[in-house]
Amino acid sequence: MIPIHYYLILSAVMFITGVVGVLTRRNAIIIFMCIELMLNSVNLTFVAFSSYLGNATGQMFVFFVMAVAAAEAAVGLAIVIALFRNKQTVNINDVNILKW
Amino acid sequence: MHQYVGLIVLFPLIGLFINGLFGRKIKNEKLIGSIGSGAVGLSFLVAIGIFVEMLGMPAEERGSVVTLFTWIAAGSFKVSAAYQIDQLSIFMTLVVTGVGFLIHVYSIGYMHGDRGFWRFFTYLNLFIFAMLNLVLADNYLLMFLGWEGVGLCSYLLIGFWYDKKFDGVGITWTGDAGNKAFWVNRIGDFAFMIGMFLIFKEFGSLTFNEVMGGAENLAVGNSNVFWITLLLFIGATGKSAQIPLFIWLPDAMAGPTPVSALIHAATMVTAGVYMVARNSALYALAPDTMMVVAVVGALTAIMAASIGIAQNDIKKVLAYSTVSQLGYMFLALGVGAFTAGIFHVMTHAFFKACLFLGSGSVIHAMHEEQDIRHMGGLKKVMPKTYWTFLISSFAIAGFPPLAGFFSKDEILWKAFADGSGVLWAIGALAALMTAFYMLRMVTLTFEGEPRWAADKHPHESPSSMTIPLIVLAALAVVGGFIGVPAVLGGGNAIHQWLHPVFAQAEKTMALPEHHNHALEYALMAISVAIAISGAWFGYRMFKKDPEADGRISSKLGFIYNLLSNKYYVDEGYDGAIVQPVVKTSDRFLFGFFDVRIIDGIVNGSASLTAWVSRLMRTAQSGVVQNYAALIVVGTLIVLGLIIIG
Repeated sequence: MIPIHYYLILSAVMFITGVVGVLTRRNAIIIFMCIELMLNSVNLTFVAFSSYLGNATGQMFVFFVMAVAAAEAAVGLAIVIALFRNKQTVNINDVNILKW
Repeated sequence: MHQYVGLIVLFPLIGLFINGLFGRKIKNEKLIGSIGSGAVGLSFLVAIGIFVEMLGMPAEERGSVVTLFTWIAAGSFKVSAAYQIDQLSIFMTLVVTGVGFLIHVYSIGYMHGDRGFWRFFTYLNLFIFAMLNLVLADNYLLMFLGWEGVGLCSYLLIGFWYDKKFDGVGITWTGDAGNKAFWVNRIGDFAFMIGMFLIFKEFGSLTFNEVMGGAENLAVGNSNVFWITLLLFIGATGKSAQIPLFIWLPDAMAGPTPVSALIHAATMVTAGVYMVARNSALYALAPDTMMVVAVVGALTAIMAASIGIAQNDIKKVLAYSTVSQLGYMFLALGVGAFTAGIFHVMTHAFFKACLFLGSGSVIHAMHEEQDIRHMGGLKKVMPKTYWTFLISSFAIAGFPPLAGFFSKDEILWKAFADGSGVLWAIGALAALMTAFYMLRMVTLTFEGEPRWAADKHPHESPSSMTIPLIVLAALAVVGGFIGVPAVLGGGNAIHQWLHPVFAQAEKTMALPEHHNHALEYALMAISVAIAISGAWFGYRMFKKDPEADGRISSKLGFIYNLLSNKYYVDEGYDGAIVQPVVKTSDRFLFGFFDVRIIDGIVNGSASLTAWVSRLMRTAQSGVVQNYAALIVVGTLIVLGLIIIG
């Protein structure tokens, strides 16, 4: 059996990759994918602990997260498309109208 | 009758409210005038009733205090709206309401057709109300209420024709003259208030009776009393137009002539004299202040009289004459002759009111012409005005046996006997000038050939104006007989009447009795000689040559210019006080303090906020990723704290 910390290390690496991607990349779709990466790293942690502890609660949470992620993907992609229709770009440096 | 004293004050108040609230709607001048005059007339009748009742009482029972209600009560400090009736206050009340009534009647004719007719009578009633509070009050605070009230009325009435031009130093409109009077009086009122505070500190009370009772235990020369009396006297110099605060009175002539007669000659300006007389017991304790009062009075008398010689505006001559006569009154008070001062208040009220009303009649006839160089020959067209004016001029000049002779002679005699020869000499010289300028004015106005334009048609004034003139002239003839001195075989009724009021002061001062009848006769003869020669000189000089002024000014250019420009006092005050104050306000208070400090604080707090905001704004980059990074950093810090903790 693969020890639990292997899963946790992999999950942490995935999560940090996601965070760094969100903070540094400028392409909205890549940022979006990075968010998915972070969500899935959390899912991995949930599943690992569920298996390790012999408790199904973690797996239940994963389903919730996946449902939310699906909804989020739909809304997020819709935003990106709307954005592209308006500005002909998905570079978030060009989308700074929040700043006065 | 005593208990009805409130009515004396109430009637003008009722008249004030009727005319003030409904006068604009009434529109009927006769009715408005009758309400205004009637209110004062009724007060006069009540005052006579009280006076007659007092005559029937023994002298020591004549004084009483009628308390209407408690005005202010705070801890041990208590002031009532209470009226003190005694020989002095009823005397002043009679003068105020009596002369006031005649001038109200006169105003019906004089103000005929004026668009502010109802306003005029409202102000006049308000004035009478305030003046009666001043003379009847039993405490300093109520007196001060009246004191300020008459000042307010003076201001309102000087600027009554507020859209009319008026010429003076720093003055272009009559409203400016009103402001000047108000401001100059403010200086005196400030001193009066400080004096009042000191009285409360020293005596713990503000009622006259308690203060005078407390004064009995004090020694002559008490330094607190010195300051109290000096401050009160400074207040009096403002209200009664003495050096150094006399400058407002001549400019007060911007108001309608009945106002000049009532407020700026007969009653209000004598308030200072009354106030000093009311505090005679305090003044007796401060011989140094008495000296100041006498010297200021004498100097004012001669200074104003000399200015009067070189004035050409009929009302200006009378205004300086008033200042000069007020100087006489203070001279009398200063040498301890309180009765003589009050006596002169009364006789002066008669003849000066008559003179002012007469000048109003002349101005009316000449269609607002006030320059006596453009008059002349009015004797034939307005005989009633001429005769009353002439009689009053003789009265003020001191011709026996007219009213002015007795009062002025008594003042001069007391100045010599209880003061000094110098004071007497100044007073006598001022008397000479008085006789001269009065007859100069009479001659230029009424005698000789007409010097007015042919299109003017002077006419005698209506009877509502001439009847008060005749009554006042009659009073100016007989008014003096209540004060015939003992050497002339008179009983000197006014002395006996007022004696109880001044008994305490006379006891403190312990002035010697004078029995040198020969000297008194001699001084009296000199007074008469002065009056006659001054008058004769004035008459001869200007009868022969109405242009005599021009001749004099070419010979005595410097002195004549000095006099006709009123010793440049106005210019001096303007340069020494007014302009520096204006410049300080403009450059320092406005240019520096207001603009830099006050506005600086306001603008500074705004720019400080803006500066801090600029700093804080840098955090709000608008780049979502920066915010996300901060969230990550925050999460890490919280996690770290949890792990470490």
